[in-house]
Amino acid sequence: MSERIDQRAPSETDSGPASSPGVPAPPPGTRRRPSSRRGETIFRSLTTGSGVLVVAAIAAIGVFLLIQAVPSLLANQADFLTFPSFNTGDPDNLAFGIRDIFLVTMFSSVFALVLAMPIALGVALFLTNYAPRALARPFAYIVDLLAAVPSIIYGLWGILVLAPAILPIAEWLNANLGWIFLFADGNLPVLSGTIFTGGVVLAVMILPIVTAVTREVFAQTPRFQIEAAKALGATRWEVIKMATLPYGRSGYIAGSMLGLGRALGETIAVLIVIRASTSPMGFSLFDGGYTFASLIASAASEFSQPLPTGAYISAGLVLFVLTFIVNALARLIAGGKVNG
Amino acid sequence: MATATDSDLDRPAAEPSTRTISASRRFKDRASTVLVTLAFLIAVVPLIWVLVTVVARGAPAIVSATWWGNSLSGILPESFGGGVYHAIYGTLIQALIATLIAVPIGIGAAIYLVEYGRGPLARTTSFMVDILAGVPSIVAALFIFAAFISILGAPQSAFMVSLALVLLMLPVVIRNTEEMLRLVPDRLRESAYALGIPKWKTILRIVLPTAFSGTVTGVMLAIARIMGETAPVLVLVGYSRAINYDPFGGNMASLPLLMYSELANPEAAGSYRIWGAALTLIIIIMIFQVGASLLSRYSAIPK
Repeated sequence: MSERIDQRAPSETDSGPASSPGVPAPPPGTRRRPSSRRGETIFRSLTTGSGVLVVAAIAAIGVFLLIQAVPSLLANQADFLTFPSFNTGDPDNLAFGIRDIFLVTMFSSVFALVLAMPIALGVALFLTNYAPRALARPFAYIVDLLAAVPSIIYGLWGILVLAPAILPIAEWLNANLGWIFLFADGNLPVLSGTIFTGGVVLAVMILPIVTAVTREVFAQTPRFQIEAAKALGATRWEVIKMATLPYGRSGYIAGSMLGLGRALGETIAVLIVIRASTSPMGFSLFDGGYTFASLIASAASEFSQPLPTGAYISAGLVLFVLTFIVNALARLIAGGKVNG
Repeated sequence: MATATDSDLDRPAAEPSTRTISASRRFKDRASTVLVTLAFLIAVVPLIWVLVTVVARGAPAIVSATWWGNSLSGILPESFGGGVYHAIYGTLIQALIATLIAVPIGIGAAIYLVEYGRGPLARTTSFMVDILAGVPSIVAALFIFAAFISILGAPQSAFMVSLALVLLMLPVVIRNTEEMLRLVPDRLRESAYALGIPKWKTILRIVLPTAFSGTVTGVMLAIARIMGETAPVLVLVGYSRAINYDPFGGNMASLPLLMYSELANPEAAGSYRIWGAALTLIIIIMIFQVGASLLSRYSAIPK
């Protein structure tokens, strides 16, 4: 929303003498006491400092993770990008790579996105164009409530309640469409607690953010475009096709990217739902394994020696870079339309 | 001849547009209505399913006499006794400390973005707030671990968790406050300037109070969001079955951490406690959520 800041006419009738030396001196009698000028300077620096702190925090995250990761990366005996397993048991002989972790992270997140995107589009359209006016707000609130449920509860529900319930679907896909690599036998002995299960849980978890962003942009569709479409005799669906979708497409994509970012970094639900596997990842949704986030969380209790810990921090750094890119792209795509 | 002319005049020049909707257009319209309604119903199913599961499985635990007033100190894994007040305390104190740090910074940053920010620094800040909103909680936890525990040598403690939670709270607080400040009409600011009140006093005495309840709503939503975070407590503090009042030292339980530890407990009492803690956590979060939405109902800014 920075664009709005720029467009907004500066409402300050005066600012501190330091900031605008060109302002003519106020007429006698209205001159302020020096204390309030000092107050202005102090207040301005404090608020600016808070803003700068946010920028500094992001920079610090990158820098500190990098500082901690480099020694371990240098001591790494394996290729970081292509080695499939993460062996940090022997600090003198570290051999870790992110191939499998990257694949599991991507498969679970993209699968979640594939499931969540059409639903979110439907919900956003329903809330903006179909739901009765009086009910649209409470309905939107209900969808937002999905985001209020803690992720550990989604994890418990996912493995204990949802996994048995969707097992027949998984079995059917595996039996009938097993010739497609996505539904082939995985590296786990069972079909629950797989990337498939985890992806469904993640889809539920990212649904509210994708919906919220999409709904917000759809609701901003210019009135005149909608009225123009209606004047041409368009049906409700045609209004959506002619006005809402073309206007809101970028917001929808941006919202989906934000959802992808959430799915990539989701920790505890994935750790609980997706089982670890001793054999390497194939390319099936019925594989198991660790994502970046769940790998780090699974090892968190063993963070005592610097080199093995650094190995996990390097995985965290990759995750940070990934989510940074995805979120930055989302913002670029959305332009000024999306706030959030 | 004359009758023919009459009927020509009676006929409208064009067919009424409603009649020209062909069957296929009508079908598409109906189909879309059905599909989007279906999408909404599908979205609501997991919410109800999760809530019903948690309430049904957690209810026996939270109505037990010892649940709200006892810890698990000295309770055997297979015993159904004990309670979670140590974990409730942990969850609340960690959120409270995070709030105390995040709110002044968040409000300050929002004031900067709305009232002072111009040019590249403001654009960078706004961009970084969005990036911070997307930083996964595990990365925030890892950063606090790397910076404070690894490099500065601080011990693991609840305070470290609070620091990680600050990073997760900040973007929510900033965005909400920003939105509220922008809703404050410029004429209020201009009236204050006209009276010769300096800008900083105008912001502190006129703009912030006008946006106050909306800002509090945002803070409460942010608190609701961070209380369920599990990744920071996993990395930054150890679990304790007994109460620990000191956020700066020692292990401290919290509801998510208690749930995660009890996952390793194969006894029936483990699952009893997991779902009990889940329901407790949802109740606490709901209190903040409902409080926030009640408050926002009374927070309308005068137009």
